[in-house]
Amino acid sequence: MVLVIAEQRDGVLNNASWEALVAAQQMGRPVRVAVAGGDPGAVAAELAAADVESVLAVGHPELESYTPDGFVAAFAAVVADAAPDLVFLAHTYQTREFAPRLAARLGRSLVADCVGTRPRDGRLAFVRPMFQGKFVADVAPTGPAPHFVSFQIGAFRPDALKRGASPAPVREFAVTLEPGAIRQSAEAPFQEAKQAVDLTQAERIVAVGRGIKGQEHLSLVESLATALGAEVAASRPICDSGWLPMDRQIGSSGQTVAPKLYLALGISGAIQHLVGMKGSRTIVAVNKDAEAPIFEVADYGIVGDLFDVVPAIIAALDA
Amino acid sequence: MKIAVCVKQVVTREWPLRVDEARTWVQDRDASFEMNEPDAYALEEALRLKEGHGGEVVVCSAGPPRAAQVVREALARGADRAIRVEGDGLAAADASMVAGALAAAIRDEGFDLVLTGLQSDDQGFAQTGVVLAELLGIPHATIIMEVQAADGRLRVKRELEGGWFQWVSMPTPALLTIQSGINQLRYATLKGIMAAKRKEVRVVEAAADLAPGQEILEIRVPEKTKQTRMIDGSPADAAAELVKALREEARAI
Ligand SMILES: Cc1cc2nc3c(=O)[nH]c(=O)nc-3n(C[C@H](O)[C@H](O)[C@H](O)COP(=O)(O)OP(=O)(O)OC[C@H]3O[C@@H](n4cnc5c(N)ncnc54)[C@H](O)[C@@H]3O)c2cc1C
Ligand SMILES: Nc1ncnc2c1ncn2[C@@H]1O[C@H](COP(=O)(O)O)[C@@H](O)[C@H]1O
Repeated sequence: MVLVIAEQRDGVLNNASWEALVAAQQMGRPVRVAVAGGDPGAVAAELAAADVESVLAVGHPELESYTPDGFVAAFAAVVADAAPDLVFLAHTYQTREFAPRLAARLGRSLVADCVGTRPRDGRLAFVRPMFQGKFVADVAPTGPAPHFVSFQIGAFRPDALKRGASPAPVREFAVTLEPGAIRQSAEAPFQEAKQAVDLTQAERIVAVGRGIKGQEHLSLVESLATALGAEVAASRPICDSGWLPMDRQIGSSGQTVAPKLYLALGISGAIQHLVGMKGSRTIVAVNKDAEAPIFEVADYGIVGDLFDVVPAIIAALDA
Repeated sequence: MKIAVCVKQVVTREWPLRVDEARTWVQDRDASFEMNEPDAYALEEALRLKEGHGGEVVVCSAGPPRAAQVVREALARGADRAIRVEGDGLAAADASMVAGALAAAIRDEGFDLVLTGLQSDDQGFAQTGVVLAELLGIPHATIIMEVQAADGRLRVKRELEGGWFQWVSMPTPALLTIQSGINQLRYATLKGIMAAKRKEVRVVEAAADLAPGQEILEIRVPEKTKQTRMIDGSPADAAAELVKALREEARAI
């Protein structure tokens, strides 16, 4: 059996949970889903629409707001009770925080951030990126079940979900939490002050990465942006270094954009960057490494030194 | 505050990596190495906490003998001493093994705070710190962008998806995984490099009973999923061709 751990906040399911469910349905084994919260009944009922054996509503007042201690304790009890072969989760920030500890508590390990499954010689293996997306690896969990696997967001299509003919049974799963078991206390999530620049409205974006080497070279990128009538954006390290303000950052912890034209200059194409821009209509990549993962999402690619290529593009636009 | 910082030695970003003959790891024998990027931010955060609260910063690294390089670098940047867990098998080990090796080496030190990076640039498990917290039996929080410490408690700012954040409090001892960009890095000075030579480095053998929880069967270059038109030629020719394509084909400018 595959146990899927779904994620919700304030009664709203995380969409990525449907993707983990699709991954589970494709294993050809019975699927059970569990979701935790203060009173997760409504979310559990929503999950019951999927073609699954049953849904567990793991409710407890202490689980109303997520904490790693609370979720590890609760799901350790759920997994021990359900005794699944596999435990699937979406690789969200919340999963990254509690799932490795949950697996470790049960003496197991988590195969994280997988993009697919791949049986090999009778062994179950999962495909996961390594070296910032330059390679992928087939990784097999070792030791006895259950094996824990998390899937990268977007690796499975939520619309491939099989729905049940009638709603699956929902069961309440009672957890006991020792007093003092939860050491973290969480405040309400918040957003920083409104972004000064709204890149989502830009028609064209020239984005720069660490290939630019130094802040003093940014004027080159700005000249190209001006010539194209584009906004300047960046990968995270450029903003981390303070070379450009944070509100110019594209990616999972920055803005998500889909302009008509996205030029990526000296950006390697790590998944956290790609999720913020791969919906762009036309993507151009300039990178001196012919194997940089950015070329996998690019429509046009130039392998070369951006310090040669960018001035040449500016000149060609002028001609 | 007695602070441990876990740093991993990884292949330099710019190194042209190839898969090795067994197809289960990369050819890294002649590679150049550096400190995993978020770990540099974790070290900087530890140094700042020590400056504010007093105490000690101990850098911890697990790996083959070559990992001594990142330990020296951390000492040159200001860490007070080091614990290096040595084992050839640790270079490509999974997070359970590395966390097990680190836990055995630091358990008796009684650190108030353990900092790690949020993720390694090579294996990218995003797990070693979290598993280490479980093995040490201390609370943890991940992807941290600010740390406030007072009276045996921490209040930390956690990054969530899509520009959201959250403050979380917990007692010490605790473990935090640090996100890149939490602070501005300082670099080693000549004085620091000289001082590092006299700092204590405790080298311990990796525990013998570490068991992996997962195995790499094969590493390969990912299959291409999109038709990319690669434009070659001199920079001038390629640029002219690109501009033409963007105007006439893609109609993007
Ligand atoms: C939880 C989490 C959230 C994250 N959120 C984000 C996010 O929102 N946005 C984001 O961007 N990243 C994010 N990251 C970081 C991400 O994983 C990568 O580390 C980052 O995107 C790499 O930036 P880069 O491509 O600029 O740098 P590198 O990976 O260092 O790539 C530099 C590239 O420039 C090329 N290059 C070098 N010199 C030249 C030259 N002269 N000419 C042409 N090319 C050259 C190199 O070949 C290389 O491909 C996040 C990471 C984590 C773990
Ligand atoms: N071999 C190691 N030695 C010391 N610290 C490590 C090692 N491997 C991982 N870490 C720490 O754990 C963090 C997460 O690594 P990973 O789980 O590999 O993504 C890194 O940023 C380091 O701080």
